[in-house]
Amino acid sequence: MSIEVRNITKHFGDFRALDDVNLSVPTGKLVALLGPSGSGKTTLLRIIAGLEQADSGSGSILFHEEDVANTHVRHRRVGFVFQHYALFRHMTVFENVAFGLRVRPRKSRPNRRDIADTVHELLRLVQLDMLAGRYPSQLSGGQRQRVALARALAVEPKMLLLDEPFGALDAKVRKELRSWLRRLHDELNVTSVFVTHDQDEALEVANQIVVMNRGRVEQIGTPDEVFHHPQTEFVMHFLGDVNAFHGRVIQGNVQFGSLKVPLLENRQQIVGDARVFIRPHDVTIDTKTNGLPAIEARVVRVHSAGPLVRVELLTSANQRLISEISQERFVTMNLQPDSKVYIRPRHIRVFADS
Amino acid sequence: MRVKLKQPSVLPGFGLTMGYTIFYLSVIVLIPLSAMFIRAGSMGPAEFWNVITAPRVMAAYRLTFGASLIAAVVNAFFGFIVAWVLVRYTFPGKRLVDAMVDLPFALPTAVSGIALVAIYSRNGLLGQYLEPMGIKVAYSPIGVTIALTFIGLPFVVRTLQPALEDLDVEVEEAATSLGASRFQTLRRIIVPTVLPAMLTGFSLAFARAVGEYGSVVFISGNMPMKTEIVPLLIISKLEQYDTAGATAIGVSMLVISFVILLAVNLLQWWVARRKRGA
Repeated sequence: MSIEVRNITKHFGDFRALDDVNLSVPTGKLVALLGPSGSGKTTLLRIIAGLEQADSGSGSILFHEEDVANTHVRHRRVGFVFQHYALFRHMTVFENVAFGLRVRPRKSRPNRRDIADTVHELLRLVQLDMLAGRYPSQLSGGQRQRVALARALAVEPKMLLLDEPFGALDAKVRKELRSWLRRLHDELNVTSVFVTHDQDEALEVANQIVVMNRGRVEQIGTPDEVFHHPQTEFVMHFLGDVNAFHGRVIQGNVQFGSLKVPLLENRQQIVGDARVFIRPHDVTIDTKTNGLPAIEARVVRVHSAGPLVRVELLTSANQRLISEISQERFVTMNLQPDSKVYIRPRHIRVFADS
Repeated sequence: MRVKLKQPSVLPGFGLTMGYTIFYLSVIVLIPLSAMFIRAGSMGPAEFWNVITAPRVMAAYRLTFGASLIAAVVNAFFGFIVAWVLVRYTFPGKRLVDAMVDLPFALPTAVSGIALVAIYSRNGLLGQYLEPMGIKVAYSPIGVTIALTFIGLPFVVRTLQPALEDLDVEVEEAATSLGASRFQTLRRIIVPTVLPAMLTGFSLAFARAVGEYGSVVFISGNMPMKTEIVPLLIISKLEQYDTAGATAIGVSMLVISFVILLAVNLLQWWVARRKRGA
């Protein structure tokens, strides 16, 4: 079922949590709402679920082209997974998952046997069938999250909304669970929206990413689009480390440091002062100039523990920047602190200085 | 085989605090109570049994325990609502309402008794309307129950408040998003979660009501076989210099109360254990 968010605004007192937000989620997609805390992503999710109401007269939420403004959360048939799981402490795993079926009106309530079958099937799906008789307090964080997911799925929701689903888990479990969620989504194909502040999580799991900042949507696109073609400085900053330079655009070229680089076609409108961003992995290092234009710098510090070597550099103009190079290249160049190097950007992004 | 009294720990304190606990409980609770048992023991068993099963005493038991039970049940229900309102909502005058809950604690019970009489007697504020309708509150078991409800309310509210604060709104939201109605959420989620606290509040209110004297004597009228409560019966025995009889009734009451409280505690332990899932 598709979700359509049209011109939604929400205030909490004087604070504007959402500012004229538009968004559409096609049927069967897995969409991430990505942003820092306070960006309004959770508020948006709760408004879609019906747990929160948008400012009156501000816009509408449509499920499958049908306005749900007057549909109570109870009847919206959304599966909502809370950040802190919100499991029922006094119920076993089985009872938690069965809850949504047991509270149905008598007419549409499945019989005991069917409920048990559905619950066990779901618990097998989340790989927890062995623990059906346990209480939430006896489970690990990752297991609780999976119970919460099974509980939400039990009512056959038209969509799944997940609020920071892996936020409270440790790094390793998080990684496992997010690829598992991806597989689960491919299997069930239910329209899903999840909130996260972790760009890696969004990039890895989602079909589509909605980057939010201060109650506004900054950019909507596939992981590739938002990572490789950020449309705003904020998106550039939020989706990974960056090195920032001040530059000037003169006649279709941007000048920064001692370099002059031609602007890409879609950036031709920029004139005058500009800001230039380079991702660390786009900064190449050489020990010789090779006759090409480059910025002179010296190595300040090297972090070599990791898949890539992180090199901290200081340019001759006293600007700090970070470069990430392969272990192989690092060994060949034999970089030491204080070595003199020549750096060149492989790829830059230019934004008008505001 | 050696029985281990406690888990070994590097942090000292068990010996000292446990010793103090035993000493304190002995001086304050156990020694006075055992003195009462010894005193009552000066009677022969047959005489003891006759005293505590006399018709007038039996009627007093029924009134005391019956009215206390009803009062505690009423308090468990309405106290829950009061605690809920105080925890979940903000409204003007909330602090005032919160402070009002404690008033039955602070008032000398005789004052509450007089106040209740002023309201419910034949010429009282409510009594003048109730009595023509045939509802006699003052000088009847209803009056006793109302007095006991009044003094028990704070116990339920104060024990339920922290438990309700502990209950995350998210849990209710989860229940609602799964299709539960408000009543289903209340019955299947909220009440079971706060049940241990509710039982504690219930048993405290009940225990307080059983021992209440001051407020009841004014409103009950103290008619033997009808509106006479056990504590009053004990006092009147003492006034007739029948100390042995008074202590005999005291002992019987102590035993009954203890058994009831123990039962509630066991129930509570069972509920809590089920919740933790041991």
